Amino acid sequence: MTEWLERHIPKMVLAPSFIAILVFVYGFIAWTAWVSLTRSRLLPKYEVEGLIQYERLFASPRFDTAMTNLFIFGTLFIVISMVLGLLIAILLDQKIRTEGVLRTIYLYPMALSMIVTGTAWKWIMNPGLGIEKMVRDWGFENFSFDWVIDPDMAIYAVVIAGVWQASGFVMALFLAGLRSVDGEIIKAAQVDGIPNWRIYSAIIIPSMAPIFLSAFIVLAHLAIKSFDLVIALTGGGPGYATDLPATYMYAMAFSRGDIGQAASSAMVMMAVVFAIIVPYLYSELRTKHD
Amino acid sequence: MTDIALTTTHNPSRNWGRIALRWLLFTLLGLFALFYLMPLFVMVTTSLKSLEEIRTGSLVAFPREVTFEAWRTAWSGACTGIQCEGLRPYFWNSVILAIPAVLISTMLGALNGYVIAQWKFKGANLIFSLMLFGCFIPFQVVLLPMARMLGMMGIAGTIPGLIFVHVIYGIGFTTLFFRNYYVSIPQELVKAAKVDGAGFFRIFWSIFLPLSLPIIVVTVIWQFTQIWNDFLFGVSFSQAGTQPVTVALNNIVNSTTGVKEYNVDMAAAIIAALPTLLVYVVAGKYFIRGLTAGSVKG
Repeated sequence: MTEWLERHIPKMVLAPSFIAILVFVYGFIAWTAWVSLTRSRLLPKYEVEGLIQYERLFASPRFDTAMTNLFIFGTLFIVISMVLGLLIAILLDQKIRTEGVLRTIYLYPMALSMIVTGTAWKWIMNPGLGIEKMVRDWGFENFSFDWVIDPDMAIYAVVIAGVWQASGFVMALFLAGLRSVDGEIIKAAQVDGIPNWRIYSAIIIPSMAPIFLSAFIVLAHLAIKSFDLVIALTGGGPGYATDLPATYMYAMAFSRGDIGQAASSAMVMMAVVFAIIVPYLYSELRTKHD
Repeated sequence: MTDIALTTTHNPSRNWGRIALRWLLFTLLGLFALFYLMPLFVMVTTSLKSLEEIRTGSLVAFPREVTFEAWRTAWSGACTGIQCEGLRPYFWNSVILAIPAVLISTMLGALNGYVIAQWKFKGANLIFSLMLFGCFIPFQVVLLPMARMLGMMGIAGTIPGLIFVHVIYGIGFTTLFFRNYYVSIPQELVKAAKVDGAGFFRIFWSIFLPLSLPIIVVTVIWQFTQIWNDFLFGVSFSQAGTQPVTVALNNIVNSTTGVKEYNVDMAAAIIAALPTLLVYVVAGKYFIRGLTAGSVKG
């Protein structure tokens, strides 16, 4: 008996967590998928009716705005954060004595809640009292910076705050990558008289491909999940000009009482995440086994 | 270290070029530092100004007259909707929510990681993959059933309910951290201890746990930052009185009644950010390690 127990203890220790993940992750995904196929409104119904919720979803101008916003925000957020992160990492890699301090400064936004970031930038970009007023007081009377209340520009205000928060983290990833490149190759290149910018563009950056991939995955994941930032910065407004799928889903679930729409939009978010993550995880896990 | 930086030459014209380049470098780095510091600077100075000074002065000016009035209001008088008790009760909600959630999820992660890395059985890798995958789902996909489940369990809108949610969805990451740490410890250690008659828990307690301090620090910091900064679960699964600090902050900032008190908003934002900022300043090295371990899998 004790021998049996001793042999099975590892499984019994893992079992509660495993069951919890099965139920609360996979079971719940299945529930949401099921409900997204029904006519559920205020309360869930369980008769499968087909794809009507998805038809409603893709016919809804509000969700259309949300997906367009996700595309704009996601693309700009990822590209700018990566470019900025790489640039700062290369600048920091030039034997700077104050590197430690600078790194701390560039990275601290990552420790903040998106709600704090949103609150701070909402105030900075306040049209009446923020940057706009500051620049006008400097004498540029016609200067205008009212992105947070301009339906056409508000999503770019979200990009600014998002980049401010995440680019330092990308910098840290790239800096670690720069430091892991084989020093011998670089010395050899320097001996051959190859200029520094060529060493970066032809040797170092190409060898960091895996880091670009990691940074991309993390940023894409952050972009899709972005919810707090929009809520704090614009509240999804003006109107629903800065809605993202995440805020759309929340509005349907908790203020509109439209469970069917909430479930189907959540499934669409999940599909977007999967399209990005699954190939990555698959390759990662496979190389682990080899 | 990539040893790229600029080999020395004795040619004076190239030396001048080097110095100019160096100055350009420092200027750029300084400008970036300003970009990242500016919001924090604006938050702090705004929180120390009176409303009158905010209306008449510049966004980036130092306060002419320092007042802590806004801080007092933010802590104990600001209105989150109908109640006007400031951030204080919600700050404590976050504290009593984060501590058990961090401890429980870290403990479970340590045990799970220990099993998966050192007591491999058939299917253990599949279980690990399934757990890992759970880290990546957008939580929107579990919000609705979780709301119903918490209701059925009778802990909807309570702090224990929120603790439960954070533990469940924290397990994936904590298990990943510990598994990756323990996998580098040679299997012979467990084998030798078994020969000496030590059991599963004994080996964990006297061999693995004492080796684990660095990864425990990384995990605790990661979990604390995640849970303290969480907004989605907080806003979905709490009710008046049990909200965490991030939700209360958002309510204060977006409450539409009365005059907008920007100085109070900023003081409240700093208060909500202080615990994680403190952790970052004190243990930044571990914070970064968690970030990169959580993103660069394996």
